[in-house]
This record gives sequence, structure tokens and C-alpha cells, in this order.
Amino acid sequence: MPAPLLVPALLGVAFLVLPLLGLLVRAPWSEIGPQLARPGVGEALRLSLVSATLATAVSLVLGVPLAWVLARSQLRGRSVLRALVTVPLVLPPVVGGVALFLVLGRQGIVGGWLYEATGFSLPFTTAAVVIAEAFVAMPFLVISVEGALRAADARFEDAAATLGADRWTTFRRVTLPLVAPGVAAGAVLCWARALGEFGATITFAGNFPGTTQTMPLAVYLTLQRDPEAAIVLSLVLLGVSLATLLLLRDRWLGRGAVR
Amino acid sequence: MSLAARVVVRRGSLQLDVELTVADGEVLAVLGPNGAGKSTVLRVLAGLLPPDGGRVVVDGDQVWDSPEEHRPAHERSLGMVFQDHLLFPHLSVTDNVAFGLRTRGVRRADARATAGDWLARVSLTGLGDRRPGQLSGGQAQRAALARALVGEPRVLLLDEPLSALDARTRLTVRAELHRHLTDYAGSAVLVTHDPVDAMALATRVVVVEDGRVVQAGTPAEVARRPRTDYVARLVGLVLLAGTAAGTTVELDGGGTVAVAEDVAGPVFVAVRPESVALYLSRPAGSPRNVWPLRLVAATPHGSVVRCDLAGEVALTADVTATSFAELGLARGAEVWASVKASEVAVYPR
Amino acid sequence: MAGALLLVLAGCGVDSGQATETDGELGGTLTVLAAASLTDVFTDLGDQLESDHPGLDVQFTFAGSSALATQVAQGAPADVLASADEELLAAVADLGAGDPAVFAENTLVIAVPAGNPADVTGLADLADPGRTIALCATEVPCGAAAARVFDAAGLTPAPDTLEQDVRAALTKVQLGEVDAALVYATDVAAAGSTVEGIDVAEAADVVNRYPLMVLEAAPNPQAAEAFVDLVRSDAGRRALADAGFRLP
Repeated sequence: MPAPLLVPALLGVAFLVLPLLGLLVRAPWSEIGPQLARPGVGEALRLSLVSATLATAVSLVLGVPLAWVLARSQLRGRSVLRALVTVPLVLPPVVGGVALFLVLGRQGIVGGWLYEATGFSLPFTTAAVVIAEAFVAMPFLVISVEGALRAADARFEDAAATLGADRWTTFRRVTLPLVAPGVAAGAVLCWARALGEFGATITFAGNFPGTTQTMPLAVYLTLQRDPEAAIVLSLVLLGVSLATLLLLRDRWLGRGAVR
Repeated sequence: MSLAARVVVRRGSLQLDVELTVADGEVLAVLGPNGAGKSTVLRVLAGLLPPDGGRVVVDGDQVWDSPEEHRPAHERSLGMVFQDHLLFPHLSVTDNVAFGLRTRGVRRADARATAGDWLARVSLTGLGDRRPGQLSGGQAQRAALARALVGEPRVLLLDEPLSALDARTRLTVRAELHRHLTDYAGSAVLVTHDPVDAMALATRVVVVEDGRVVQAGTPAEVARRPRTDYVARLVGLVLLAGTAAGTTVELDGGGTVAVAEDVAGPVFVAVRPESVALYLSRPAGSPRNVWPLRLVAATPHGSVVRCDLAGEVALTADVTATSFAELGLARGAEVWASVKASEVAVYPR
Repeated sequence: MAGALLLVLAGCGVDSGQATETDGELGGTLTVLAAASLTDVFTDLGDQLESDHPGLDVQFTFAGSSALATQVAQGAPADVLASADEELLAAVADLGAGDPAVFAENTLVIAVPAGNPADVTGLADLADPGRTIALCATEVPCGAAAARVFDAAGLTPAPDTLEQDVRAALTKVQLGEVDAALVYATDVAAAGSTVEGIDVAEAADVVNRYPLMVLEAAPNPQAAEAFVDLVRSDAGRRALADAGFRLP
């Protein structure tokens, strides 16, 4: 392997892995049992997994069609649309949370109307956690899927059209299966981002054990009083997310091997 | 069944305006160099590209394209075979062939059964469960043909169907394609840049250059009487333009050629390279066509050497490797070239 | 190790130039570490000191009190430390040039959106599950203080969200997304007309004291003393009172 590639690659690995090693080395291992048994930890973990998964589902339902529009449609102003889609990536998440208030809060443009009509207010509910996470994480999915669509040979879609498939059938039966690996990669990115989401969640959904306190929020607040316990909680979150991704990867690889 | 079309497309440097008619059971080859717009014609016929003008009418009354309407590809009764087969990689071969039936509402089991029959017809029995990636190039192209034909379309479009195959496979697939085209009842349009494909598969040929039809006719006519340098080169002839009076043609580029027929007015003169003989000194006797020329290039071509000559008349001569060696020719050598008047084809421009 | 971690989080080092003294006139750079809630008042006082002493450059680092204590413990080259937490300052008191002295106090009040749409009148309304209430999480100082207030009042609060800091709680009041939050009086004062404050009698005994000290290792001790004097002067006390602080 050429050194100009190998050396930066090794530095890159070190840069990414050393902070993790730091957590592992400093972790008070004997406390792991008691910390896990603490009330609220299991709840926060469960809430994190459920809300990240729901946020990914929302992102798939909305994001894949959006990626298709960006990659395939002849829509004017597509580049503007693409820039808008990436806004949540550059927006500080806390600002994103405030922006969600302005639209979906009980004083918000849409949320205000909902509150007037039904008395239901979105902030401080688990649904708000899912919305905040989807807002921040969906661009990752959209960008991955759009990239996969652009890389996919559009002539397969031509072939499908000459075989009598309308655009919707073509999308379902040809395009989507062709870009499935890209969709899977995007969903993983999206899920991971949603799992670690902090700023938008604590702003828009608030923090209340059992309804809106996800692991990152629990970690942050624990850090204020008990940094060692916070390390333990971070490692739990990390372990669970890595285990989940590895499990899924095995399943996908198992299926992908048919190709 | 028939297809009548005038296709007008303006895309940047491409100014395409081509008229085609294809009768029942006829195979029309669209022959032309790269960039001439032949694939664009096919995309318009397929409905993948709305034309800027003209019309596409099938069976005399089904309007597929006109200034008023554009019927999208999936609503046209057509089958299309692409250069690199474009079988869907995520579906089995059977499901690929069944695809066109499923989109038209045929039940899954029936569609698969019909697909199986078609696989047998293209000699792919037993390969239906494979993925396209597990087929050879020739097998994949045959599967693609089955996929295009399975819905018994009114129009069959073939876009360079053989050009991605190696020479030997091309031979067998060409033969198979010929068999299926002969059986096919609808109108077929074959786009190719290979004159052999056109001659072997088509009942009629149109030559498209720079977006225009420059010649049309049966394959034999086109091969015998090319009307452009491009076609002449394809069919292995040297084409010279001139004006005839009696049995003498004054070439536009200077020089004269004697011909056997009595003709008058603007004509083309076509010379087969193998009919050109080369000598180191002026040949004895007095053949009427003899020119002192200079050898500018010599390239081995199978058992002959193709000699490009310049001078009064630009000619190409094919001489056997033995003669070439005996003459001891090198680039720049001065030679005498002669052609019998009876070997020269002449026809009106 | 907790300290090391916090230092990493706090991030910034403080750069301080050497004091240059000419004829007793103040000059060089004065570095002040101060609790975030002092940002507005101290920035004004710093400007005033700079205009009184043209050769002087006053630099502030505003951060959470625990982060500041960590920086001082790690030897950050600063002149003055002003904390919002007596306990945290006590931990580094031996690094001070003199005893720390309390110069301001802050108490909790109820913040409601302008116009008080949910008719909040007192602490008991924050125990009403029918209202949307934000409190600070008990892990952070304002939350711990709030817990003591509710204890003293014998009430069990009914919060909908436990915020990571007092600013976050206040933001939700400003946006009208909660009916009330328990925040510091200074935060209400800083929020201007978008928020109204309601005094809480039960909070009178739960007071946050702000101690201030010159550091022993101060690179610019004269300027440090001058700044402390300014904070304790009438002008300084007026500025603090305007910002919502109580004066001891």
C-alpha cells in the first residue's frame, strides 16, 4: 500500500478511535452493574432505540421519494431544493429545535392551529422526539439515496418503461431494488444520527424521563453531577448501537450475497 | 401492422429529421456512423424521448407521437433490445422475461409459464433461475430478446443488439436473431453501425448521416451502389463522383475514368479495391484506366495488403501479400494502378 | 479525572498579557473569569474600566461556574474569578489572593410568557399537571435550587420537561411553549418584555450567592483590584440591581 494513503488512513483511524479508547480506559467498570440497574437508564435506552427507529421509518417514507425527486425529476429549482434539504445538516441542532417550535409548537404556524382545534400540543411528547430526530437525521438518508440513484443506471428504468411499466411500477420494481444497498446505508446513517441526537430533541421535545429523555439527554445531565456515571451510560449507548448495526449488517450481507 | 414515422429532434449540435416506414414483417436497418442520431430515432420511436416535431403512427391509426400528443413508452405496444441487454440484475432470468407480462396484468404463475416457453425458444431452457450476472454475453442478449418479444409487441426496436458481443458469439446470436426476426409479424427497426448486421438481418436499409437519411434501399442495392463515402467504406468500395459523357467520366477531383456503359450527367463511380492492379512500370497493352500514383499507406488486411494511393485519382488497392512482397513496395513508392473498365460500376448521382 | 474531563469540555485556555505599569496607571491585559449570568453586567463594567484606563484591555471568559473552577484549578492565567456557586469557588479558594466575598445574590422567580396566558399566580400553579411547566433538571444548579424551593413549600412540582440549563427553560417561556418556568430573577430581567416575572415568597431562603476573588497568581493584580472595586462601587451595584440581582 502506498504511504501517502496508508499514513493518513492510520492517522484517521487513530483520530476516530482514540477518543473511544479514552472512554473505555477511564470507564469505572465495576460501576457498570449498579449504573445499569439505576432507575431510568433502561427506560432511556428503550426510548432511544424506539424513537431512533421510528425516526428512521419516517425518514424512509418521506426521504426516499424526496431523493427520487432530486435525482430523477426534471423539476426546475432542484438545486435550490437540494440545498434546502441539507439545511438541517448545517443548522445547529438547538436552532433546529427552536425552528420546530416555530412551526409545530403550540404557538407555531401549524402546531398553533392543531392546538386550537384539538387541544393537542406536540412539544414534550415522544412524538416530538421522533420529529426532532427525523428532522436532523433525514438529510443523511436523502443524500445517500440520491447518490445511489444518480449512480444507478437510469437506462434500466427506460427498459422497464418499454416493458409497460409506468413510473410508479418502475420505481417499486426496478429502481428501488437497484438502489437498495444505498437505501440501507442511508438508513443506517440516519438511525445512528437519530440515536445520538441531542440538541434538537432537548429543545423541541424537552427532557422528561419515560416520555422524552433519550440516552444522550440522560448522559448529558448525568455529566453535570457524575462524569464517571456519564461515561458508563455513553458506553452502554455505544455498545447497543454497535451491536445493532453489526447484527443488521450480517443480515444484509447474507441477503446481498445472492447478487 | 406497420410503422410510419417522421422524427424531428433538435438537441444542441444534433439536427435530426428522419422519415421511416416499416411494413408488416419487415426489418428496417438504420445504418450510420456514431453520433448520426440513429439511437435518438429509436428512443423517440420507443417513447422515451418526446420529439420536437413529426409523428409516429402505428397501423395507420394509432398515433404514438404527433404535435398534439405524446404516448409515453409504457403505453406503447413495443419491445426493445438494448446493446448491453439491460436485464434487471435483481431479478431471475425468468422474472426478467415475465416482467413485461406482469406489468400488463398477467397473473404471476401464467407470466412465468409463458416466460419459460420463451426461454425455450431462445435456447435458454434450464437457466431461468439464474441471475443475469450468471449468464454469458450471448445468453444474456438472447434472454433480452425473449423479454422484448414475450408481450408480442407491434413494434420491435433493436439498439446495436450485437455490438457488445465478441466476434464468435456475435455470429451465433446473429443467426438466432435472424430466425426470430423472420418469424416476427410486427414492424422491426434495427439500429446498427455494422453493415454485416444490416445486410444479414434487414429487409431494407436506411443510411443516416448527420441527422438526415442519405440513402435507402434493399441491403443489396446499398451494398452495390453506395451514395456516400461512409457507406462506400462500410461496404468496401472506393467511391468517386464525376460527370459522365459517353463511356468517360470526368471526376470532380480531376482525372478521368473509363466505364463500360454509355452514361451521361452526374454519376458515382464505384471501384472494388481487389479489382485494382499495381505495377512498377506502365503496364503493357493499353488498359484505358491507368494512372501513375503514390503509395501513402499499406495495412495488412487478412491475406491481402490494403494500399491507399494518392495522385490524380484517390484509390485503394487490395493486393495479395505475395504480390506486395514481389513488388517490393514501401511508403512513398511510385506505382502504376490500372482497373478494367468492365470492373467499374457507374450509376447516376 | 472528573476535572480533566470538564476541562476538555470547557475547552478554551485563557491568554493573558503581562501587566505593564507606568506611573501607577493601569495597563496591559486584565483577564476575568465570570459566571455566564454575569455576561451583560460585567461586559458593561469592563467597557467602563477600559475607558477610564485607555492602556487597559479587559478580557472576559464567561462559562458555567464548574467549568471556571476547573480552569482555575488547572492554572489558567487569570486575574479575577467571579462564580455563581459558593461551593465551587470554595474548592479553589486557596488559589485566591484574599478571602472570596459575596457581591451579588440571585433568587428564583416564576417566568411566564408576556401576558401570562395561563394565569399563573404562584408556586402552587407549577404543581398543576394541567399546565405545561418547565423546570431545570436537578443535576444542574437551577434545578437543585428549584427542588429546595418546592421542598420548602411542601409542593410536588408537575414539570413537563427538565431542562439542561436555565437558558433553555427561559427560551421555552419566551416561545410560549410552556406556561411557566422557575428561573433566576436575572434571567427574567435579561429577557426584557417577552417574559414576565412573578416573585415567589417560598424562594426567599433559597439564594444563590455570587462570590468574587482576585487570584493569587494574577498577572495583573492592580487591574484586578480596580475591577473588584468597580464591581463593589455604587455604579457597579446599580448595574447589578438593574440586571435583576439582589445585593447583600
